[in-house]
Amino acid sequence: MMRRSSFVLGVMAFGYAFLYVPIILLIIYSFNESRLVTVWGGWSTKWYVGLLHNQQMLSAAWLSLRIAAISATFSVALGTLAGMAMARFGRFRGRVLFGGMITAPLVMPEVITGLSLLLLFVSLEQLIGWPEGRGITTITIAHVTFTMAFVAVIVQSRLVSLDESIEEAAMDLGARPAKIFFVITLPIISPAIVSGWLLAFTLSLDDLVIASFVSGPASTTLPMVIFSSVRLGVTPEINALATIIVALVTTGIIVAGVMMARQERIRRIDEQMAASSNG
Amino acid sequence: MTATPIGKEIQAPGSGAGRPLPVRLTIGLLRRLGLTGRGLVILVPYVWLLLFFLIPFAIVLKISFSEAAIAIPPYTALLEWTEEAFLTIKLNFGSYIFLLTDSLYAVAYLNSLKIAFVSTVLCLLLGYPMAYGIAKSPTSWRGPLLMLIILPFWTSFLIRVYAWIGILKQEGLLNNLLLWLGVIDTPLQILYTDVSIYIGIVYSYLPFMILPLYATLEKLDDTLLEAAADLGAKPFGAFLRVTLPLSVPGIVAGSLLVFIPAVGEFVIPSLLGGPNTLMIGAVLWNEFFANRDWPVASAVAIALLLFLVVPIMLFQYYQGKQQEAAKQ
Repeated sequence: MMRRSSFVLGVMAFGYAFLYVPIILLIIYSFNESRLVTVWGGWSTKWYVGLLHNQQMLSAAWLSLRIAAISATFSVALGTLAGMAMARFGRFRGRVLFGGMITAPLVMPEVITGLSLLLLFVSLEQLIGWPEGRGITTITIAHVTFTMAFVAVIVQSRLVSLDESIEEAAMDLGARPAKIFFVITLPIISPAIVSGWLLAFTLSLDDLVIASFVSGPASTTLPMVIFSSVRLGVTPEINALATIIVALVTTGIIVAGVMMARQERIRRIDEQMAASSNG
Repeated sequence: MTATPIGKEIQAPGSGAGRPLPVRLTIGLLRRLGLTGRGLVILVPYVWLLLFFLIPFAIVLKISFSEAAIAIPPYTALLEWTEEAFLTIKLNFGSYIFLLTDSLYAVAYLNSLKIAFVSTVLCLLLGYPMAYGIAKSPTSWRGPLLMLIILPFWTSFLIRVYAWIGILKQEGLLNNLLLWLGVIDTPLQILYTDVSIYIGIVYSYLPFMILPLYATLEKLDDTLLEAAADLGAKPFGAFLRVTLPLSVPGIVAGSLLVFIPAVGEFVIPSLLGGPNTLMIGAVLWNEFFANRDWPVASAVAIALLLFLVVPIMLFQYYQGKQQEAAKQ
């Protein structure tokens, strides 16, 4: 291991502070009695109470959570298939285009994706009468489309780094492809699938631009409500909301991390036992 | 890689037996159509992406050639049956001519490219030493340090950008701190300038820079640096001649992951930028939502895509190369 110079350590300290100071400030000020950011008016939980009574915010949050859960699930299904095709199928017809369509959404500016999907939905409605208007369905489809690329890349990298010989052995022993997938491949890539689902869920929950393009009058998601209230000025209720999100995310990630570490440990013990019983 | 085990059609012993007749018939029919399990695995996401990712661009292109009209949807049809029953195509270049003649658009495009470029460089300057530091940390530290890079990314992007308003504004925390330290006498105008956009973009996109950089730096063989040191290279010289060239793929991938979305960024300039900072994402947004001019919005999108085609293809090339490298 190389020694890290004091320059590198200094930049690291600055970088981590840069990443975390704004979040920590939000959390502190969510408990501030005063409306002003610079004035400390004493501890208070009134912004949390206000948030609980903000009906518009609550219903938007509920809508966003539902869309995020549904679209993350579809996105994981499609993204896993796409990642498998890219990692395991070698060459197939149209692979270049397929690869392009998987990586391009990772960097595509959201305004372009949003506008193009809206125009597609409008044209489809003119042509075949579906989707009727815009709302939850169109937002969900849009979110599946842009998040499945992230799932595909995660699954693909996990599969690429994975030893193919186990799958080949199962095939030699006469297992059907579907069985190989469910019994061998799926358990091994499950950490990638879990993190893909979580990532798709957060991306969907977080998306303002694409949802604004493809939403209808009756479907206002949480980011849209946050955006319009932030544009009007600093509102401490948003600080309270941010604190709740940070708390939920941190808990979720710690729980997922502990669970995955435990699974990995069990797997390793299993492998050791299998190896020792063979030997 | 030659073997493609999953979904590969092989006649495994007893592969047809043991399934109910309808299932066998369906599988047989699908195979007749050329749809094997392997085919379906590709086909389902393929069709989805064609329909919801590729075809929409064709529609954007089509609508960029139509004319705005007071109708639902607010544009004219491109294909029309004339009285003699001929199908005519009316291509209208009006939107593009409009983009070329009104200097607002050129200014917005150039400004977006400039802001995205400067932010990418700043991201790299901050992200490279961080990724390097993480990669050179003790093994047990790397996981938590990386997790801390990713963690902010999981919390709301919108709220994290909003947090900077409270920090950067005239009576905000940064100005108060600088006043208290005696660095400045009067509060600086930081919010609603280009500087606050740079801060916002670097802050939001830093993880995208660090992760690919870390991936390449971590794989770097330390013995190369030892060899350089044995041959008399000073640490910084060895860094410039060994580490830096070998980490070029990470630099390119990270920079493109920041640059391309930053060019079309909407949220950051509209929350942190001032009235004088025009960025093309916000222009497109206004054409669409405020002016309801769908053809011009489409033309703006197509022009933006033309700027980004080369960077996007470069990104795909490096992405593919990284996956190939991971295979070996």
